[in-house]
This record gives sequence, C-alpha cells and structure tokens, in this order.
Amino acid sequence: MSGLGLAEVAVAYNGRRVVDGVSMHVEPRTWVALIGPNGAGKSTLLRAVASLVPYAGQIDIGGVSTAGMTRRHLSELVAYLPQRPVMPEGVTVADYAAIGRTPYVPYWGTESAQDREVIAGVLERLELTSLADRQVDTLSGGEAQRVVLARALAQQSEILLLDEPTSALDVGHQQQVLELIDLLRSEQGLTVLSALHDLTLAGQYADRLVMMRYGSVVSDGTAESVLTEESIMQNYDARVRVVDMGTTGLVVTPLRPDRGP
Amino acid sequence: MTAERIREPGISRVGWGSALLVLGVLLACSVLAIAVGAVDLPVGSVIAELLDRLPGIDITSGLSEREAAILWELRMPRVVLAGMVGGMLAMAGAGFQGVFRNPLADPYLLGVAAGAGLGATLAIAYVPDDSGWVVSPLPLAAFAGAILGVAVTYALGRSATRTYAAATLILAGVAVAAFLTATQTFIQQRNTETFREVFAWIMGALGTVGWEEVRLILPYVIASAVGLLLYRRLMDVMGVGDEEADSVGIKAARVRLVVVAAATLGTAAAVAVSGLIGFVGIIVPHAIRLVLGSSYRVILPLSLGFGAAFLIIADLIARTVIAPAEIPIGVITAFFGAPFFLVVLARARRLS
Repeated sequence: MSGLGLAEVAVAYNGRRVVDGVSMHVEPRTWVALIGPNGAGKSTLLRAVASLVPYAGQIDIGGVSTAGMTRRHLSELVAYLPQRPVMPEGVTVADYAAIGRTPYVPYWGTESAQDREVIAGVLERLELTSLADRQVDTLSGGEAQRVVLARALAQQSEILLLDEPTSALDVGHQQQVLELIDLLRSEQGLTVLSALHDLTLAGQYADRLVMMRYGSVVSDGTAESVLTEESIMQNYDARVRVVDMGTTGLVVTPLRPDRGP
Repeated sequence: MTAERIREPGISRVGWGSALLVLGVLLACSVLAIAVGAVDLPVGSVIAELLDRLPGIDITSGLSEREAAILWELRMPRVVLAGMVGGMLAMAGAGFQGVFRNPLADPYLLGVAAGAGLGATLAIAYVPDDSGWVVSPLPLAAFAGAILGVAVTYALGRSATRTYAAATLILAGVAVAAFLTATQTFIQQRNTETFREVFAWIMGALGTVGWEEVRLILPYVIASAVGLLLYRRLMDVMGVGDEEADSVGIKAARVRLVVVAAATLGTAAAVAVSGLIGFVGIIVPHAIRLVLGSSYRVILPLSLGFGAAFLIIADLIARTVIAPAEIPIGVITAFFGAPFFLVVLARARRLS
C-alpha cells in the first residue's frame, strides 16, 4: 500500500506562484479532500502530483520519488481525472474505458485478453455493461461521471486524483458518485486525493480536509477542526453557519448578509 | 451474443464484415478502372489476365498483345498509383484529424500543399526540360517543398510557445502556408509562360504516370502507412486531449510529432507524383467515421482501402468524361465528393 507524500511542493505559472510550499501526507486507503476558495491552487496541486505540470519540491509514492519515474510507470500508480474530462465525440463507452489501460498496453500494441477482462470487470462493477456501445458524448451527466470513473479504475492505480468529481452534477448524482467513490475506495483499497467544492460533502466523505489559500495550506485536519465559521469567513470571505448534525457530520450553510429589518 | 458481450466489452476493431467490404469495393473499383478507357477491355478478360499473373494459376485471358500492353503498361500503373495516392491522403487526413482533434484537419494543414506548390513552381519555372537530371526534378522539388513547409511550421510553432500545442501548430501552419503561397504566386507572376503547366499540376493529375512513379513513392507510402497504423490505438487515446492523454502514460506532444512526420512523408510522396488533390483527406475518414464509428483502429485501416477506391474511381471519371481530354482529378474529387459527403452526413444524422 502506497501513501502519498508531498514536501515543499511549489508550482509557478509565468513567474506567479500558484502552489507555494505545500507539504502533506496522504495515508494509504484514506480520502483527503482539498478545499479552499477559487484560485487557491487545488487543481494545480493535483496536476503536480500527476506530473502534468513542472514543479519544485518532492512528491513521493510509497517513499519513492515520482520525479524519476517514467510517465508510463507513474500512470500505473496514479489515475487523474480533471474537473471537466474531455468526452471525445462518437467514441464508445468501451473504447473510452480502454484508454485507462494505456500504461499496460505495449506502446504500438492493443489490449490483451487480460486488459479486456479488466475493462469488462470495471464496466460491470459500475453498471455500465449495457451502455458499452453507447457514445460517450451522448450520456447524461451522471452516466458520464461513472464512465470517467471506469476509465480511472481501468488504470488499476492505487491513488486516485479527482478534481471536483461532482461539479457538474445535481445533488442526487453528487451523492451517488461520492458514495460510489467511497465504496470503491474501501473495496479496492484506493487512496483518494480530491478537490471538492462543496464543504458539507467534503466533510461528510473525506477522512481529512486540507484547506488551501493563495497556494498554501492554511489548515489540515478533521472536518470539525477545519470547517469552522471563523476559518470559512477568513478564507472564503463568506458568512456561514456550521451545524453539527451528529452522525451525518457537519452541515455548512451560507447565511445571507443581513439586509436590515 | 449477450453472454459474449459481457466478457468482451467490444473494443472497436475492423471486423470481418468491414474488411471484406473494403477489399471487395477496392477490387471491384480497380477492375472497373482497368477495363474502362479509350479502348474498353472485357471485364472477364481483365480478371483472367490479372489472375494469370498470380503464382500457380494459368488462365488464358484472350486479350491481344496490344490489349495486354494497355492493361499492364497504361491502365494498371495508373490504377495502382491512384490507389496509393488516395489511400495515403485519406490515411494522412485521418492521422491529422486524430492528433489535432480537429475534424477540419487535412494532410495539407501544416504547409504541405503550399510547400509542394512552391517547389513544383520553382522546378517548372527554372529547371529546363532538357536539363539532363537523372531523376525528374518536379516530384523531387514538390516532395522537398512539402517536407520543408511542415518542418518550418513545427520550428515556428515550437519557438513561439516552447510546446507543440495543437492550436499553436495550426496557426503556425496558416502563417507558413500564406508565406509560401505568396512566394509561389510571385514566382508564378514572373514566369507567366509556365502558368498552364503549374496550374495543371496544382489541380492534380495522374495523366503521365507509369510504373516508375509507383516505384518512386512506394517506399515512402509503405513507411508512412505502417507508421500511422502503429499509432491507431494511441490516436484514440489522443482523443481525450493532451493533458488526460499524458495522465494515462503517453507523451501527447511526441505522438503528435511522430504522426505528423509519418503523415507528411506519405503526403509529400503522393503530392510529388499527383499534384494537389484536395478533399480525399477530409471526406474519406469522415464518411467512415459517420458510418462505422469514431475509433482510429477502424478509421485508419479502412481509410487506406476506401481512400484508394475513391481516388481510383475519381481518376476513372477524370479520364473518361470528356475523353480524349482529361479533367483535373482535383475537380472530380470535389465535384463528386462534396455531394456524396453531404448524403452520408444527412443519413448519419438521421440514424443517430
């Protein structure tokens, strides 16, 4: 089982530091959610972990630095899903999921019987078998999100990087997708690092929250310690009420600024 | 079937049906194009004469010596060359559409056409016919111009952003093509006596070809086609965009570079012997995409076959409609290709 370690990770775009000295450790089989206002550097940090942007500092998986790994080997360890995955026009669900097998397929080759078995298993697991021949650009939002997850699972990596996996979904589908991710995490022993917009959902699903602002970590810990009215006021400039709902966890609800009597 | 379906999630590939269809269409078009012309040869005799050449088969075709000569020295090389050029342009077009994720991309996108045009114009204008070159200078100049056009586009695209981003390359291609075309027009205008010859070349022609041209471009076409076919799966991966493609373990910019290089090599070879034949590189892959699916595992190999068949028929029309004169083949590909494509487009929309 490989945890994920970040030490003093920094990313600069055109001289501007978007991620500025982030250090954290993600324990194996846990779910850590990155939260923070727009532009805090959450997406960029995920890209750095996937080695999709040049970064300074150290990122390691199970104690091994990712800097020395080939693209291909890193892709066996880490699957990354951006906020708005490209759904290529006319491509079938089965072909799309097969893209996830790329690190295992010989460079100029095609899927082996074993690769096809993995793809079939993933589609079955996510109840997509009946949609295998559908074109991905014709799917509903919820179906599309499951198809994208199928591609990531076909990658059979232990670490899943998810950038706002529910941003395009209604509340019902948000819940379904997050439940599914949590189930897969415990079922397959995945380590999940995700950016999540919705603070309530982040608190409900993640084992730990890391709040970022201006590229740095401002607080890191359990939902109870990170999601305070004070901290949200300070970092989001938002008035909220945080209500403890017991077993359901914390609910963060916005308060409309007082408009007078 | 359903039990099989669950075990095998149906990753796209060329099925037996499509493979037989494309081979059948290609053979039928070839035999027709060999049989029809100024002297019509009986189809049965053509088939017999072709089979006779296969090892272990001995059939008497009944063709006279003169008819056999027409078949082997005039019709056959022309059909083979039209097939090679058509298949190559269609495949190269598919490759460009794949790595640029742009349905309007064709093999001429990055300056191939303008570079070849400039090379051909220079050769026609400044190399005298009796210059005593060992190889004919026109195809050589067109080939070199095509390669040079794309190389300059890549160098410019690279220096602009230090990346090989698709959009930057396309823009650099537009600039390079405009510059080369301006140069070509200037040279053309200084040498008006060669206008007809240059114009005929630009519109595309297979009028004077023989086995020599086939031998000349065969190595390039084979290298290019094999290269493109090797990348058929990676082109499907490119469909999710550079960042996501990188995240599953490939280097998208490198795939794009190799595919463009392979496609350019084949296109330059095709252009060198046939001039600029438009439209094949766009409509053939798209027609396949609309009817048989969007996977490059299907589009690339079938583009080779259907592109070949399409250009063989286009050339047949070009040389028979106003015989003994010929219509430029580029006119035929657009004149018949455009309406055909609109029909396919309309049908596909209705089906989906």
